[in-house]
Amino acid sequence: MHQSVKFYQTGTFTVGNRLLAPEQRSVQASTERSNSLNSGHRACQGCGEALGARYAVDAAMRATGNQLIAANATGCLEVFSTPYPETSWQLPWIHSLFGNAAAVGTGIAAALKVKAIKAGQEHSPVRVIAQGGDGGTTDIGFGCLSGMFERNDDVLYLCYDNEAYMNTGVQRSSATPPAARTATTMAVGAHPGAEFGQGKNLPLIAMAHEIPYVATATVADLRDLEAKVEKAMSIHGARYLHILVPCPLGWGAASHDTIRLARLARETGIFPVFEAEHGEVTAVTKIRHHVPVEEYLRPQKRFAHLFGTPGHPEMLAKIQADADRNIRRFKLLDEAPQEA
Amino acid sequence: MLKQIEGSQAVAQTVALSRPEVICAYPISPQTHIVEGLGELVKSGALAPCEFINVESEFAAMSVAIGSSAAGARTYTATASQGLLFMAEAVYNASGLGLPIVMTVANRAIGAPINIWNDHSDSMSQRDCGWIQLFAAHNQEAADLHIQAFKLAEELSMPVMVCMDGFILTHAVERVDIPAQTEVDAFLPPYEPRQVLDVNEPVSIGAMVGPEAFMEVRYLAHAKQLMALERIPQIAAEFAERFGRTTGGLVRGYRCQDADTIVVALGSVIGTLKDTVDELRDDGLRIGVLGIHSFRPFPLAAVRAALEHAKRVVVLEKSFSVGLGGVVSTDVRLALSGLGLQGYPVVAGLGGRAITKASLARMLREAVADQLQPLTFLDLDWRIVNRQLEREAATRRSGPIAENLLRDVGTVASKVS
Amino acid sequence: MLQIRIHGRGGQGVVTAAELLSVAAFEQGRHAQAFPSFGSERTGAPVVAFCRIDDREIRLREPILAPDVLIVQDPTLLHQVDVFQGLKPDGYVLINSRRSFDQLGLGEVARQFRHERLTTVPATEIALKHLGRPLPNAVLLGGFAALSGLVSLDAVAHAIRGRFSSKLADGNIAAATEAFEFVRQEMEELAEMKEAAHAQAD
Repeated sequence: MHQSVKFYQTGTFTVGNRLLAPEQRSVQASTERSNSLNSGHRACQGCGEALGARYAVDAAMRATGNQLIAANATGCLEVFSTPYPETSWQLPWIHSLFGNAAAVGTGIAAALKVKAIKAGQEHSPVRVIAQGGDGGTTDIGFGCLSGMFERNDDVLYLCYDNEAYMNTGVQRSSATPPAARTATTMAVGAHPGAEFGQGKNLPLIAMAHEIPYVATATVADLRDLEAKVEKAMSIHGARYLHILVPCPLGWGAASHDTIRLARLARETGIFPVFEAEHGEVTAVTKIRHHVPVEEYLRPQKRFAHLFGTPGHPEMLAKIQADADRNIRRFKLLDEAPQEA
Repeated sequence: MLKQIEGSQAVAQTVALSRPEVICAYPISPQTHIVEGLGELVKSGALAPCEFINVESEFAAMSVAIGSSAAGARTYTATASQGLLFMAEAVYNASGLGLPIVMTVANRAIGAPINIWNDHSDSMSQRDCGWIQLFAAHNQEAADLHIQAFKLAEELSMPVMVCMDGFILTHAVERVDIPAQTEVDAFLPPYEPRQVLDVNEPVSIGAMVGPEAFMEVRYLAHAKQLMALERIPQIAAEFAERFGRTTGGLVRGYRCQDADTIVVALGSVIGTLKDTVDELRDDGLRIGVLGIHSFRPFPLAAVRAALEHAKRVVVLEKSFSVGLGGVVSTDVRLALSGLGLQGYPVVAGLGGRAITKASLARMLREAVADQLQPLTFLDLDWRIVNRQLEREAATRRSGPIAENLLRDVGTVASKVS
Repeated sequence: MLQIRIHGRGGQGVVTAAELLSVAAFEQGRHAQAFPSFGSERTGAPVVAFCRIDDREIRLREPILAPDVLIVQDPTLLHQVDVFQGLKPDGYVLINSRRSFDQLGLGEVARQFRHERLTTVPATEIALKHLGRPLPNAVLLGGFAALSGLVSLDAVAHAIRGRFSSKLADGNIAAATEAFEFVRQEMEELAEMKEAAHAQAD
């Protein structure tokens, strides 16, 4: 009598790695890993972006046999990874401007294509990633990103979303969730925190461009993140990966809560985790243990004004309604959302 | 091969002969025919292998060029006016990173008010960024300068912009000698980058540089431009030897040797000035023309040497620094520090206003008689300027300036000139 | 230096006419410069294009203010735009029209110039006959070749051949040739009349 047992990543995944086939093991578990974002960078304790970038870039390196070039937007990642006169990067890497990572990636891909033709190859063996934070992607980099998508340039764009302009002191971006406190959406007045606007769903916008591959991921599921990067690198054309990376400083959370908060973002339905190809959703990560949004919001000081007396129960209710809508829209639960 | 050809097409053909590997551009009048010409050459396979990318903005154009050049490809783009401003951040980035991109700027005025015609305000707005700026006086030179530009840019690892007057040169059909591919190949070797994104030797490009080293990095850009002061005339000479004609260089004088009065200018107006000066010379006036062909680096020594024996210098420019006066005039004045010359800045042709031989002759006669103002605006209609000033003095809600002026000027379409 | 100014409306191929003229001159081993007036052009708006021809390098870049030759592609411009502005006293004028100078209301104006250098030619009608479309630009160049002799019909034909697809080129060359013949005949008749008048006067 056999029973299949699913292994989840909770706490350490050493257990999971040992019991997995070698090709399923995390890139990070291997001594052969490229350490593309090497230690010694200046990220904050508990930085989600450093974690996500290390996993994502090493996974891309493994997938391409270490034939990878990276274009990086201005932002936390760029700043903490290249503190003059040092660099943490062990792959060819260029930082140009805040809003042009996607375009720089396009240019690199074009150059590689011509070099390949001159060498008598059909494709270049060298691949390109462009990466940036939410600010550099959804706001100032939006035009270049859309252009790259529309032309189907052979670039994988990685967006590390910590939901604000963190490097400059936590200012609001179009990725900042409603009600969140930032330096430009203070928790004061009748409508504290960020406004309840339309939002700007970059993964859906990427899907609207019908590009070959779009996916979301979080640093709570690092194997999933690696797998998605490797899947993306098996495809040619424009690809987009949107990664939720909690920022302890900007979110006002404990530095040891980074992975837990990312998991809660998924389990509340606030951050749907899915894959899509050519504009259609192809896979969804179901919520394993559905919880109310409050469990996710309470540990973050940026939402502190929602709680207490009198707090803002109406804003809380709206956030819950938005999460429930995501659950319905992406079918994140097999049955109707439950009360915790 | 001699061809009777539109300036833009001549540029497209010579850029193609320079074997660029990546071309990325966004259309803007009056550059459109250049990129259209190149697009067709790539699409037909005449220029191959080459990636021609239709980008979504000028900012994207320069950014794609940065990525491409950093990955080791010979890269070209073109723009004008508003487009140059829109990519300004990336323009500085390209020179700051030392990437040998070549860009045509089809000189056009910058708005508001929106204006599609020629002046030099666009290139002048970027004169401090570190790009080398070369100016063409005619379409043969515009074509030749692109070949020279790739050579110069790649040797020094600095970007170069080739400036040619929008419409006046880009849309003029005239005789141009388009060189043979073998000749261009012999003059312009394949691009060997100084820095490149290479998986075999990974480097990080574009790191932050703090107070401890920023000044030194910026100085090195200046040092390269000082090297360019040497290389530009050498490359022009090498070009002349291979192709048999003189184009480019730092400055070129016309009838300056015994001139009392020398007019300094950039771009296509040099041709009109030569005709004007010939007529004034027939009248006994000792006048010469100095064309500046390298504006950045500014050839201080060469300009000084050409002008120092004259009594007076007129700088005729299609550029204007609001609140001060001339742009080129200021640089020329620097070259003449300490000399007791009379200097006359003359701002002309802004927004495409025609510069006529008659107006030039009249102005130069005034210059020779030392009757020119300290700052002259050639052919300015003071009547409508004063009408507007009166209007503004009379009422607060005086309305948009441009509309008021155009009403005063009357219908333009039925005017012949 | 010969300065030619061509007037028309946007969409009538005025700029192409100037370019063709410059190519014709180039074919004859001369220097030529052609450029449009750079107005905000739209179909139907008045448009001016210029062509300079010389045996040495042309350095001048101003608009042509004192033309030696005036070609008017659209007679409806005559009372809207002062096309004759700056025309040299011994200049050539070629107007696209079935009617004569007098019939166009230009009798007074014409008297200021040399009458054997002024003529009209029904270029639109000739174009319709050979091309099926009212595009008089290349046609008028044939007429100009006959009027002035400053550019040869051969060179005009060559320029047309280089610019248009073979079918369109054939039509344009045929039309230009007919216009050439038309004007040449007119010039002959004019010369005969003049001789007859002189003979009478003697």
